[in-house]
Amino acid sequence: MNGNICQGGLFTLQESTVSENMENDSDKILDEVTSGDYKYGFYTDIEADQIAKGLNEDVVRMISQRKGEPGWLLEFRLRAYRHWLTMKMPGWANLKIPEIDYQDIIYYSAPRQKVAPGSLDEIDPELKKTFDRLGIPLDEQKHLSGVAVDAVMDSVSVATTFRETLAEMGIIFSSFSEAVKEYPDLVKRYLGSVVPYTDNYFAALNSAVFSDGSFCYIPKGVRCPMELSTYFRINAANTGQFERTLLVADEESYVSYLEGCTAPMRDENQLHAAVVEIVSERGAEVKYATVQNWYPGDKNGRGGIYNFVTKRGICKGDNSKISWTQVETGSAITWKYPSCILKGDNSVGEFYSVAVTNNHQQADTGTKMIHIGRNTRSTIVSKGISAGVSQNSYRGLVKVLKKASGARNFSQCDSLLLGDKCGAHTFPYIEVDNQTAVIEHEATTSKIGEDQIFYCNQRGISTEDAIGLIVNGYAREVINKLPMEFAVEAQKLLQISLEGSVG
Amino acid sequence: MESKPAVKDRYTDLYLNNIASIEKGSSPFMNSFRKEAVERFADMGIPGRTNEAYRYTNLDIWFRHEFNSYFMPGPGDFERAAKFSCEVEDLDVHNLVLLNGFYPSNNGKLRQPGSGITIGSLTENHYGRYAASDTDGLIHLNTAMASDGVFIHVPRGMVPDKPIQIVNLVYSKEDIFNQHRNLIVVEDNAEATIIICDHTLSPSRFLTNAVTEVYVGRNARFSIIRVQNEHNNAAKLTHTFIHQERDSQATSINITLHGGLVRNSTYHYLGGEGASTNSAGLYLTDKTQHVDNYVNVDHAYPNCTSNQLFKGVLDDVATGAFNGRILVRKGAQGTRAYQSNNSILLTDDARMDTKPQLEIFADDVKCSHGATVGQLDENALFYLTSRGIARREARLMLMFGFAHEVIQEIPVEALRERMDTLVMQRLRGELSRCASCMVKCG
Repeated sequence: MNGNICQGGLFTLQESTVSENMENDSDKILDEVTSGDYKYGFYTDIEADQIAKGLNEDVVRMISQRKGEPGWLLEFRLRAYRHWLTMKMPGWANLKIPEIDYQDIIYYSAPRQKVAPGSLDEIDPELKKTFDRLGIPLDEQKHLSGVAVDAVMDSVSVATTFRETLAEMGIIFSSFSEAVKEYPDLVKRYLGSVVPYTDNYFAALNSAVFSDGSFCYIPKGVRCPMELSTYFRINAANTGQFERTLLVADEESYVSYLEGCTAPMRDENQLHAAVVEIVSERGAEVKYATVQNWYPGDKNGRGGIYNFVTKRGICKGDNSKISWTQVETGSAITWKYPSCILKGDNSVGEFYSVAVTNNHQQADTGTKMIHIGRNTRSTIVSKGISAGVSQNSYRGLVKVLKKASGARNFSQCDSLLLGDKCGAHTFPYIEVDNQTAVIEHEATTSKIGEDQIFYCNQRGISTEDAIGLIVNGYAREVINKLPMEFAVEAQKLLQISLEGSVG
Repeated sequence: MESKPAVKDRYTDLYLNNIASIEKGSSPFMNSFRKEAVERFADMGIPGRTNEAYRYTNLDIWFRHEFNSYFMPGPGDFERAAKFSCEVEDLDVHNLVLLNGFYPSNNGKLRQPGSGITIGSLTENHYGRYAASDTDGLIHLNTAMASDGVFIHVPRGMVPDKPIQIVNLVYSKEDIFNQHRNLIVVEDNAEATIIICDHTLSPSRFLTNAVTEVYVGRNARFSIIRVQNEHNNAAKLTHTFIHQERDSQATSINITLHGGLVRNSTYHYLGGEGASTNSAGLYLTDKTQHVDNYVNVDHAYPNCTSNQLFKGVLDDVATGAFNGRILVRKGAQGTRAYQSNNSILLTDDARMDTKPQLEIFADDVKCSHGATVGQLDENALFYLTSRGIARREARLMLMFGFAHEVIQEIPVEALRERMDTLVMQRLRGELSRCASCMVKCG
């Protein structure tokens, strides 16, 4: 099976890395790693339909008009925009965010196509080539790969595969704008129900200017037969990407969903502010995996994507389950807390994360588990790896409300430091308001033990391989949660990015 | 945003109106800090819930209260204070009794109980050097308004023959607001053990804002044990700054038995290679009490070790908070820093918020933190009851065992034994009042 989303790595090591006399030369190895190339940094020359830079009510109206949206959605956008104006950029994260000029961003950029594509043959060949280069199976020929893909370029969903197959089972998987046209009731019912536009600064901004995204609905009792996936690509310069994903799993259904992201290499910073909402009804199970590989900027910290994302799921019904898995390797700055609201009794929330930062990258990521229902359980496993001069923070909240008797949480967040100039930080918040709750949190921070490497060396394993081995073992718990074919890719991604980064 | 400007202004005005009498009663050296401190307080104000370090503790109702007298110990019944006898038997100490934060003998009079140590009213040198904060306005309020406290000086290489005990009594018929200030200097190669006991003697409403600065010289050893036993109408805010030099050792233990609102902030600064610090706390709360322990361990130099252990049992509608921060600065290689917070909730209405925090900027470190919130282990209870121990007794045994882990850190044997007894009584609900206390708590 082809690894589809984000294959390969953030840093691709040059051949020379695996030279023989490398073993004890940690500086040199670190150098090699940090000088690795970003594989997806190319730019596709596609004519794009853009609006002028800047943000005001007219821009919001214009986006809505271009997309031919109904009045209620425009109202939603305008309410969000007006609310956004009253808000201030949050400063609590452990991040140094340069001032963002919101008037200097293009809020709508769509690859220009004369007519809406009826079938995949009608898609701009240049566009298709882009996704081919990225290894995204837009082509239905690749039926065997068994993944349905919705590809979003800049702001607009350009292709969605396998729709018919899915439609037979009653599964709706389409771009957000199509869903608005075809299933307005569903969208209206769930849009903003998990992440209201008042939630935070970036959620408000997204609600005002979101351009497209994916919509997915799994009907009652249906087990989705294939992995669904969305692929995000920022292409045009000066644009921001604001997509919105809405995923609804009705009673007793199951779906596994994947998303991946890449962007071209540019000197400027680009803003990505997405919103993901998940609703899991009684007995439903949703698995949501992200392999985030936005352009992280060069090794001097120039350029890169600002990844400010709000992701939240609600376990609405009893016995429902939401599981987040993320492999975060890209972005100059990451600000992201995929969360679970455990409202139904016996519902389960999970969060598995590997976050890698290198060079000047900054990440402040983690999760929130809000226990509301009885006998709710949550598990948090977060593995941070920092190298270069990067800063990597885990920030999490476990909150047990008064009525949530029998709540159970286990959190583990470990950090691995590669080099003496990077930082690893942990900010867990635990708020317990019920005596029957059992909450455990543990965390460690360390570097790879000299003794572990020595042990491997002794048995004829080179320092390089030993580190690869140790890092992979360290992240295994999370990688194992990814669907099989992606797990292999993610493992490679880690191995390539971190192999040999400590001597 | 901090609490309402009106409240802040009241305290600033209070300073302005009383500055003459405050300054009259204390040394010119202390006075020289006041102006800047009150300005900084005016900038920061009383910390509100939006201040990350005070996220779980609401000081509003305490600072909004109109206290009758803010500075003077009212009628100043020092004789009465002298009669106060500590409950700890066999505890052989140099005893000091303070009333409402004032040292009974006249200002400036120093005692020298042998071993070369000096105990007395607050004086200069080292004063105001370690108590620095960019976020907590209360510390600056203390610097601006505190007029007395204890000064302890242990010269180079001296080892006092016995621990020094400071008994802080609060007594007044009126509701009062106290500002204590202590300064402890332990010079190179010296040693000191300080026991601070906090008691309230009358049922009025008290608010105490205490700052203790400690300097621990090279290769010196220092322990501070705080036993807090105040009534439910008292709020105690302590800020302890321990500055350690190379190869020194420090221990700080806070045992909170009773208190309406207790907030203990402990700042450990490991300012030299090879220093080690041990910070522990035990909180046993019930009724509407609130205990918040804030610990900040700053690893600024390589090869230092720190250990934090905080445990608590929360009953009734009591609330607890723990916020422990380990900061490992760039270049502090070889750091070993550990942190653990365990709490037991006994009722549905008790609440615990905990935030164990790590900020690490060096790679050759071993840091860990753990936090648990839960209840007594059913299996352990079953084990004990199956051996014929009554369920109630079994619960007590388990709780006692849980608490004992902190108590055994106390380096003074007599006090350790006494604490065991007190904690046992406390858990049995028999410690609703102390022997020499006339306040009927609860």
